[in-house]
Amino acid sequence: MNKISPELERKLTLAVEGMPAFPKSVQKILELTRNLNTDPKELVQVIEKDPVITLKILKVLNSAYFSLPNKITSINHSVVFLGFNTIKNLALSIASVGILPKKNAAHFDVQSYLLHSLTTAGIAKLLCSKLRVPGIDPMDCYIAGLLHDFGKVVFAQFLPEEFRAAMEKARDEGISLHIAEKQIIGADHTVVGSMLAEKWQFSDTLIDCIRNHHSPSDDENAMWASVYAANQISKKMAYGNSGNPCVEELPVAVCNFLGGDIDAIIVSLGGELSKIAEEASLFAQMDSGA
Amino acid sequence: MKIKFWGVRGSIPSPGPNTVKYGGNTTCIEIRTDDNQLIILDGGTGIFALSQTLLKEMPVSANVFITHTHWDHIHGLPFFIPIFIPGNTLKLHGAFDPISGRGIEQVMAVQLQYSYFPVREAEMKASIEYETLMPGQSVQVGDTTVTPTLLNHPVINFGYRIDCNGKSVFFTGDHEPHYNIYGPDDESFNEYQMLIDDKEKTILAAMNGVDVLIADSSYTTEEYPAKKGWGHGTFDSTIAMGKKAGAKMVYCTHHEPTRSDADLELEFGKVLARYPRKAGDPDYRLAREGEEIEI
Repeated sequence: MNKISPELERKLTLAVEGMPAFPKSVQKILELTRNLNTDPKELVQVIEKDPVITLKILKVLNSAYFSLPNKITSINHSVVFLGFNTIKNLALSIASVGILPKKNAAHFDVQSYLLHSLTTAGIAKLLCSKLRVPGIDPMDCYIAGLLHDFGKVVFAQFLPEEFRAAMEKARDEGISLHIAEKQIIGADHTVVGSMLAEKWQFSDTLIDCIRNHHSPSDDENAMWASVYAANQISKKMAYGNSGNPCVEELPVAVCNFLGGDIDAIIVSLGGELSKIAEEASLFAQMDSGA
Repeated sequence: MKIKFWGVRGSIPSPGPNTVKYGGNTTCIEIRTDDNQLIILDGGTGIFALSQTLLKEMPVSANVFITHTHWDHIHGLPFFIPIFIPGNTLKLHGAFDPISGRGIEQVMAVQLQYSYFPVREAEMKASIEYETLMPGQSVQVGDTTVTPTLLNHPVINFGYRIDCNGKSVFFTGDHEPHYNIYGPDDESFNEYQMLIDDKEKTILAAMNGVDVLIADSSYTTEEYPAKKGWGHGTFDSTIAMGKKAGAKMVYCTHHEPTRSDADLELEFGKVLARYPRKAGDPDYRLAREGEEIEI
C-alpha cells in the first residue's frame, strides 16, 4: 500500500504553508530586498537555491488564480509572468516566515538534505543539457532535482516520530529509506511530494519526476532519467544524502538515456561534478544561528 | 462606442496652471457601449468628475475595471458619488493579489478603513459587487466583451480589451515592456529572451488590430534609463507597440506629474518627428482630460 488518507493530505498541505525556508536564502533575500534597485538576476539565483521558496512560488504561479494554459516551471518564467517586484515581494513574504531549524524532532539533517537537493538539481541540469533533447529544458530538470525529495522535509517537520523511525529502520536493516517510509508511514516521500505537486498543479513532467525518482515511469523521458541518475550520483559522490545513503542501481532505461552505468556517467561528467558540489556546499551552510 | 478621458495623469494628481490643457487628474476612462452600458477603466481622481455627470441618469449601473491597485488608479473610488445613493450598482473587477492573497475587494477594504475615510463600506447605500478576474477571463457587459491580459508592472496589472460590435479599445493601465534581466554572456540570457518574446506575442495578440490603443507612455527615451524597472513605458515603446499590434489610433497617457502642457507637447512633437507617419501607421495622439471620441 502506498496511499495517504485525505486527513493526512489536508494536514500536510496546510503544514507546508507555514514551512520556513533555509537560512542562507532567507538572509540573502532580506539583504537583497532592502535595496530599492535589487538586481533581479541575483534574487532569482537565490530563490533557485532554496527548495521551499521555489516550491512556494511555483505553487502561487500555477494556482487557479492565474488559470495558466501552460504550467510555469521556472523562477525566470515566474518573473516574466508576474513581474519582478511581485516575485520579490513573494520571496520576501516567504522569507519572513522564519528559518528552517537545523535540528528537528525527526533528527533529519536538513543541511545534508539541502546539499543533496542542490547537487541533484545541478547534476540533473548538467545531464539534461548534455543530452540536448528538444522540448526538455535543462532548467526544468534543475527544478525537478531541487524538489525531488521535498516529501522528506514535510515528513521531518510534520510526522517527525514516524519519519525518525523510518530513517532508523532503513539504517538498521540496510534498506532504502523510501521502503522503510512505506512500511512505517504508509506512504513514501515520492508519494507525498508528488501528491502535493499535483495538488498545486505543477507540470506533469515535474510531478512525474518527483513520483518516480525511485521507480519506473510510464513516461520515461530524458528529464526523468536525468533526475533519477542525478539523485543516485549525488549520494554515490557523498554530496549529501537526505537521510538515505543507500545508492541504488540505475534502471536500464536510465542507463540507455545517459549512455552508460552510474560509474560511466560520473566519469563523463568529470570536473564539472566537483564544481556543482562546491557551489552547493557554499550555499548549504546552516550556521546563521539556526 | 464612445470613449472619454477623465484622468490622464500618472502617479499623483497634478492640478495647477501648468496642466490646464491636458489635465491633472489621475487615470480614469469612461466607455459608453453601443447599448449605453457604462464601463469605467480605473478609479483615479478623474472618476469624481465623471461620477457627478451620472447623477442625472440614475439608477446608475457602473462596471468598473481596475487595471491595478496603485493609488493613482483607485483613489477616486470612495468619491464615486453613486455609491452613496440607494438603487445604484457598482461592479468592481480586477486581479487577484498573490502577495496579500486577496481579490479585488481589497481596494475598497483598504481605502475605507476608519483612519483614512469617514464612511464604512456597510454604510454605502449602493450595491457594491466584486469580481476578481483571471488573465484571459472575459466578462460580458451587455453586448460588450471585456478581456484582461496580464502586463508588466511592480504590481499585478491587467490591460483590458473592450470589444463592442466589431469596434475595439485596449487600455494598458501601467505597463513597461519586458526586458532581459541577464546580460548576453549569462547562461540564462537565451532562455529569458525566449520567455519575453513569447510574452510579447501574447500581449500583442491581445491588442491586435484594435481601433484605439491607450497606453502608458510616462517617459521619454532619455528619461527611461533612470526609471528602468519602475513599470512604465515610453512614448517610443508605445509607438512601437501600436505599430506591431496594428492599432488604428494610439493615445499616449499616464503623463508625468511634473510635465507641463508645453513640455508634453514639446516631447510629443520630437517623438512624432522621429516616427513620420507612413501609410498604415496608427494615428498618434496625446490623451487629454475631457476629450471624447466615438468609434
